[in-house]
Parts: sequence; C-alpha cells; structure tokens
Amino acid sequence: MSATFVGMPAFPAAAREALADAQLRHNLTHATHTIRGKRARAVGEVPDWDELRDAGAAIKDRALLALDEQLVRLEESLTERGAVVHWARDAAEACRVVADVAKAHGVDEVVKVKSMATQEIGLNEALAAEGISAWETDLAELIVQLGDDLPSHILVPAIHRNRAEIREIFRSRMGASGRPAPDDLADDPGELANEARLHLREKFLRAKVGVSGANFAVAETGTLVVVESEGNGRMCLTLPEVLVSVVGIEKVVPTWADLDVFLRLLPRSSTGERMNPYTSMWHGVTPGDGPQEVHVVLLDNGRTRALADRVGRQTLRCIRCSACLNVCPVYERVGGHAYGSVYPGPIGAILNPLMRGVGTDPQVDSLPYASSLCGACYEVCPVKIDIPSVLVDLRAQVVDAHRGARRPKAEAVAMAATAWTLSDSRRLARAERVSGRTGRWWGRLASLPGPGRRWTAARDLPDPPRESFRAWWRRAHR
Amino acid sequence: MRVALMVTCVNDAMFPGTGRAVVDLLTRLGVDVEFPTAQTCCGQPMVNTGYLDEAVPVVRTFVSAFEGYDAVVAPSGSCAGSARHQHRLVAERSGDPGLVTAAAEVSPKVYELSEYLVDVLGVTDVGAYFPHRVTYHPTCHSLRLLGVGDRPRRLLEAVRGLTLVDLPGAEECCGFGGTFAVKNADVSVAMGADKARHVRETGAEVLVAGDNSCLMHVGGLLSRERSGVRVMHLAEVLASTEGAS
Repeated sequence: MSATFVGMPAFPAAAREALADAQLRHNLTHATHTIRGKRARAVGEVPDWDELRDAGAAIKDRALLALDEQLVRLEESLTERGAVVHWARDAAEACRVVADVAKAHGVDEVVKVKSMATQEIGLNEALAAEGISAWETDLAELIVQLGDDLPSHILVPAIHRNRAEIREIFRSRMGASGRPAPDDLADDPGELANEARLHLREKFLRAKVGVSGANFAVAETGTLVVVESEGNGRMCLTLPEVLVSVVGIEKVVPTWADLDVFLRLLPRSSTGERMNPYTSMWHGVTPGDGPQEVHVVLLDNGRTRALADRVGRQTLRCIRCSACLNVCPVYERVGGHAYGSVYPGPIGAILNPLMRGVGTDPQVDSLPYASSLCGACYEVCPVKIDIPSVLVDLRAQVVDAHRGARRPKAEAVAMAATAWTLSDSRRLARAERVSGRTGRWWGRLASLPGPGRRWTAARDLPDPPRESFRAWWRRAHR
Repeated sequence: MRVALMVTCVNDAMFPGTGRAVVDLLTRLGVDVEFPTAQTCCGQPMVNTGYLDEAVPVVRTFVSAFEGYDAVVAPSGSCAGSARHQHRLVAERSGDPGLVTAAAEVSPKVYELSEYLVDVLGVTDVGAYFPHRVTYHPTCHSLRLLGVGDRPRRLLEAVRGLTLVDLPGAEECCGFGGTFAVKNADVSVAMGADKARHVRETGAEVLVAGDNSCLMHVGGLLSRERSGVRVMHLAEVLASTEGAS
C-alpha cells in the first residue's frame, strides 16, 4: 500500500480537487456533523469541563518543560519492569528497530494496533521493503489498507468512504491477504464489521509479533496506555509473544494520577463517549501473562524541533482526539487527503510545519494558510492548544523564511505596498481617491483582472462608494 | 470621556455608510465621537498573512492615532480583535519598548461596537426602527476572539419593527478569512455558499453582521445568486429610525 503522502500538491490545489468530489463532500458533512453533535452532548454533561482542559494543558506543559528528565524517568521505569527501551531520532531509526525485532523472531508478518506514530514514520512500507507484512487490525485502518488508500482522519481514517465502497473493497481485496469476503456480502454495517472480524481473527491468532503506539506513557510507573473502541488493540497487545510500541516522546505524562484527567478528556473529545470501550495498560513484561518480550521505541522525528518553537511548542500537548478536525469548516469541505499528511485538519496544519520545518517544501508551507482562522478548533481543544495563534506565527515563519529571496513573490511586493499605504493616512486618502475613481469604473465590470479574479469568479463586488468615510468626515466637519 | 471612532480601512474605503451610521448612532446616544484622521488600519491583513515586519509601521500609526482616548469604538469584531490580541505581537517584533508600552495602553481601550453599547453605555434599546425580517450572522472573531456573546442579538431584539429569525449553523465560519478568501478561494467560496444557502432558508430580507468584510463575501455570493437578500452592518440597522430611509 501507499500510505505515505509523497509528492502531494500544495493545499489550495489539493483542496480544489477534493471540493469537486460530491460524494466525499456528502460523506464528510454527514460524519463530521454527527460526531460534532455527540461531542457537544458528552462535553455538556461535565460541569467543570473548562477546568479539566486547563488541567490537561498544565500536566502536558509540566511534562514538556522537563521532557529530558521525564523521558529518562520513563526509561528507568520501563527497564525496571522488563521492557527494552530504544531511542529513535527519526522515522528511519524507528522503522529499523521494529524490523530488527521482527527479523530476530523470524516472522514475515506483524499485527498492528491503530497508531498515528507508525503511520507518521511509514512503518508498513518500511516493513514491506524487508518482506514483512504489517496487518492493520482497526476496522477503518483495515479499509484504508485493503483499499490501497490514504487515511483522511486521525480517529476515523476511512471517513471518506461510505458502506457501498467498503463492501466493494472487502469483496475485491480481502482474499489477497487472508480470508476472502463472500461475493454476496451486503453493505449492512453489522455484516461488514463481522466480515472484518472473521478476516482479522486468523491474523490475531497467528501473529507472533504485535506493533502498537501508545496514547500515554507514564514516567513514574512505566505504564503504556492504549485507548480504543473495537478490542482489536487488546488482541494485539495480549496475544502475540512479542510487542513493539512506537511512542512519540510527547506522550509522556509524569504520574499515574495524571491519567485521570486525560481519560476523561479524550473519549468525550474524540468519539463523544463518556468512556471508550477498551483501555489497555501494561508495564513492561508480566511473567506468564501477555507478551514476554516488550520493546518501546521512543520517537523524536521532529518533536524536539517543535519543542524549541516558543509559540508552537504547545502543539505537543495534542492527545490526537481529532475534535479540531470535526469542527473545522475547512476540513469538513475538503477532507483529510488535501493536507498531504497522516495528520490532517487544524492540528495537521500546525504539527506538520512544526515537526518538519518551514521554508523548503511548498506543500508544508501552504498548510498554515489552510485556515480561515475562525477559531472553532481552539474552542474544542481538550488541552487548549491555541491553534489560530500558532497558525499565524507559522505564517510569519513561512514569510520570514523567504525574505531576501532574489525574486520576491508578487504577494510580498503587494503586502509591502499595502503596508506602505496603510502606514500613513495621507497616503491612504490619496489611494482612496484613486480607487474611488477606478472603483466606479471597475464596479461596472463583472470580473477583476489578475489575482482579483479569484474573488470575482464566484462573488460580486459591492458597489463602490462615491466618497470614502474620511472624505465625508472632512466635508461634514469642516 | 474622549471617544474615538476606529472606522477600519475596509469601511473607510468601501463601506463609508457604516462609519456614518456609527457617528449617527453614537451622537443620538449623547456620545461626542471623534474621528482621529491620522488613523489607517489595524494591521491585521499583514499579520494574518505572515508579514509581521510590514505590520509594524501600521500598528505604530494606529497607536499614535488613538493614544489618549478613553475608548476606541470599531464597527468590526475582527479589527477590534486584532488591536486587542495581535498588536502586542507586532510591537514586540518591532523591538521598540516604547511601542510595546504604547500598544499595551491603547489595546484594552478598543471596543467592538456592540461591546461599547452594551458594556460601556449600558444600553440595549438604542431607539432604532427597522421594519424588516432580519437574520444575524455572528462573525468568528466577534464570537470567539472577543466573546461578544449575545450582545448583538440583544441590540437587534430591541429594534422596533424588526423580526429576528435564527440562522441555521449560525456559528459556522462564512469562509471570508481575510487573504484566505483569495489564497484558498475555492474553499472560501464553498464555505460561503453554504452560509448563503442557510441565509436564504431563513426567508430573511436582510443579513446582518458586525463585520463588513464577512458581509462583502457572503453578500457577493448572495448577489451573484440573484437571491434578493441584502446585507447590512449592525451599525446601520441600529442607526435606522422611523421616518429615515
């Protein structure tokens, strides 16, 4: 499969293509509005929700500001309890560790718990290159994997698919990787889920190595936590003999008691449930119970770069709930693929530039502009990441990265000219007199020339006024 | 109390009627409002596009124009939000401690119109008359950046003759977003088209909001669709009286 986004166009072009897909628009509107309503109801039940958000933000900040100490503590706790800790600077190092563990056990397949970190590092592709199949066992990830598709949402990666499409994928693709789906498979959700269950069961029972991420890692106790809905995670975490967990270094929380806050914040924000169906916690190796060889890969891959960003570091508080995607009016209309990353939506628009840096890849540089700055994301974020402020700061970083270019962009020239005009009221008054004359002429045109066409292609211009406010004031208060 | 009108660059150049409406309204309420002619723009177009250095002289002009006033009233949630939340960033970028101090003095005195009317003047019935079916769009920056809450609605509900109808999905962004409207024109228009559809569903004659930039976007779509729905700034509705047009 091709679950990494390589060579994606910049956001505006990708968004244009997505907007033209009426089926996608319909699926997304329905799905985002449903989950939005569920979240609002679940959050509305908690009288101290805002204080809970403050607590979540404070705990994460405490961990992040002493990340070096917290991670060493985590390593000690994990090692004490029999886990093997690996440190990975980047995707290649992390993938290497997982592949080496799999090879050491002579396996050609692993079963996977849904995990953003392993998506981020392109683990499935890296393992495939070494002859190891990585089976996704989360229902939506299975749909994406079987469909040779890309995920488009953090929580519900197949949000862009409807059940008729899913039936087709199951019927045509399941046979190639295990138990086939029957030809007369119906597109009833219950029947589809059951078919996935049967297909996955033989993989769960066969696999010697499981791969997961973690929602939280407790430094004090060495506890890893996976929060999920389907129970596939529990299967992967308990049945195989060997378990490898790839954990972003920002997942660390200092103490066991801190989980209290996050296990209340996450399900309500994420699926709109009071509590998720399955919460698995494990500490290294428990003799005679579950995997007897446990590896933990602590992954940087750009997180320390984000941590060094004064405004942007709050982004590392993110607990991947995807509430920001579900309320985002831009995401709702274009879906996840347009963001060109496993992290789409408002969080992706800041996380990708922060982890990868700006000024080199036009696709990454386009992401901070993929927002109308409406602020709906900030309002729902369970850890109060001020996404609009981070977006604006990243825009400044993008502009600064291109300052001094030999051929400045037309936009930079226009902005400099606008700023020059707007720095002095006499210049502005002069510009208004000129535009008042040309405006009356333009006003009779159906469309503007140049970049103005992007406005007039779908929107009429207002009738230009006879005189500016400034001119009226002068006349009236002479 | 010295009160200044911050008309905003968009209103100055394109919607002078809104500025005149604020002057009429405040004068009717006994406020002697001044228009500091040195004012230009809040700098938001530069800041939100990433041009912080370019915003520095604009913010400097803003601060020097409004220094010394007790209240600065803006018929725009977005521009008031920019002054209150972004000027500090721009001032810090300038490296000029004098500008940082001056901006910190002026910023908290900037009010969006409905905030000034309800919180400072303590009025919700401004004596307006507007016999039309109206729907109200709460713009994102007034709603989420400033938190004006139901102040505009309370002002509209007190207008004689006015029928206020709920706008479905009112709190969803209209898609204007400043330079977003041209940098991501397709998404902007898709968002605006949904907003325009909701407006038409209400059967309202007039769409009212506190930001002309958003209204220019939605109004541009409504006009292209030949919908017959007018867009009007809150200030213009509140300035309307019996006998006036």
